[in-house]
Amino acid sequence: MTVGAWEAFFLVIHRELCLSFRRPEQLFQPLVFFLIVTTLFPLGLSLQLSALRDIAPGVLWVAALLSSLLSLDSLFKSDADDGTLEQLALSGQGLTLIVVAKTCAHWLVTGLALVIVSPIVATALGIPTSAFATMMLSLALGTLTLSWLGAIGAGLTIGLRRGNVLLSLIVLPLATPLLIFGAAATDRAISEASTAGAVYFLAALCVFTCTLAPWAATAALRITLE
Amino acid sequence: MWTWFYKLASPPYVYGVAAAFMPWLLGLAALAIGYGLIAGLGLAPPDYQQGEAFRMIYVHVPGAILSLTVYTVMAVASGIALIWRIKVGHAVAAASAPIGASFAILALITGSLWGKPMWGTYWAWDPRLTSELILLFLYVGVMSLRSAFEDPLRGDRAAALLAVVGVVNVPIVHFSVVWWNSLHQGATIVRLGAPKMPGSMLWPLLSMWLGFMLFYGAVLCMRLQAEVLNRERQASWVREAIKS
Amino acid sequence: MTHDFWSMGGYARYVWPCYGIAGAVLAWNLWAARRYVAAAKVRAARALAMASSAAR
Repeated sequence: MTVGAWEAFFLVIHRELCLSFRRPEQLFQPLVFFLIVTTLFPLGLSLQLSALRDIAPGVLWVAALLSSLLSLDSLFKSDADDGTLEQLALSGQGLTLIVVAKTCAHWLVTGLALVIVSPIVATALGIPTSAFATMMLSLALGTLTLSWLGAIGAGLTIGLRRGNVLLSLIVLPLATPLLIFGAAATDRAISEASTAGAVYFLAALCVFTCTLAPWAATAALRITLE
Repeated sequence: MWTWFYKLASPPYVYGVAAAFMPWLLGLAALAIGYGLIAGLGLAPPDYQQGEAFRMIYVHVPGAILSLTVYTVMAVASGIALIWRIKVGHAVAAASAPIGASFAILALITGSLWGKPMWGTYWAWDPRLTSELILLFLYVGVMSLRSAFEDPLRGDRAAALLAVVGVVNVPIVHFSVVWWNSLHQGATIVRLGAPKMPGSMLWPLLSMWLGFMLFYGAVLCMRLQAEVLNRERQASWVREAIKS
Repeated sequence: MTHDFWSMGGYARYVWPCYGIAGAVLAWNLWAARRYVAAAKVRAARALAMASSAAR
């Protein structure tokens, strides 16, 4: 039976979500990492909450970046290990479609989860509630961009011996503009200045990446799979 | 018309061309750099603002421009190799990466030494400096990715993809002083309109730039011979080629 | 060569290390490339020798 493109798209997303929820520990690990890393900074610096506010945006974003890197492992690796990835590539549906579906599903369970958990972390870092909306919006845009950058990196490093280290080496330099503008947006929101510029720039980065990254990630997978 | 392009796709032809061009490029580079040093260090007058310290421009700027140029060459060669499956493209990219990385390190260190007397600090998280540092990380990433694969062709192709993806950083480095309020000064030579420097200071700089470009060409020819040999070890032309 | 050439108007400890690093980078490039080519030729000769002895 032939399956239409949209059907295939939602089937893959459904599969990814089912697999993720079958092992909830895998979902919680990056989130717990996020929480732990953000608590390390106040403990290490022993600052008052009001002083923490100054470094909070940077700490939040660095922690989000690192925990996203951690979760990228699950994007392609397990499918590559048991051969499902090759089957998906041979399935007759475009590989790009499948990559988009996998990355969207990945973002839903990692990036979106991070955004939902972020108010807890923000409170622990002394970020005022008035800044939450901008913070969550910027995190949502940022983690989506990161999922795509990570898809390219993950596609290139599947099955390599020190793949995790290489993945960080590849993704982090590309993600620095994200860090800079995401932290700037949250910082402006805290000091009640206009956040429009930074958020627009984040959105532009997100759109740029979401448009071009699928092709790059597909090319990366073809290189590693062939 | 395209015969020269097709010929360049042939590894033995490229090997021969590289071997032939290298001494000329190196000689011309030595002349250009020699003139640049003499005129830049000895003949050019001191700057009215920076005094003698401005002479660091004669190594900093060519190094920085080259780090960007070499990355672009690497990205274009990688793109050609990926799209048309021309292995020589991978050889050019692999040969260029260490050279470009060394120029990026040169730009960063000389820039840092220039920053201390001028800005009061060895480093600032300013858009130009940060994006040049990212460029260095990209070079390292490309080189690491290439060597991480056991199958050299797959490593070549993965590194090529990363090089192409990372080329987006090159315009960011160049335009960073235009787009953002940067500590680093704006574009002096590569801009629309006449250059902003007087001739006695400009000519040595252009000569150093040319000299560094020719030097890159010479070292590229050397490394390209090695890269072609590494990728074509079993081919029959290799036997004659390595006798030299 | 005036005294100013070596002291570079007081900036000598920035200017001369700059040129030193530049010289080092250029020298390294030449040295590393030469070594790389020599190693590649050795490997190629070895591969050819193995291939021809295997063919025998």
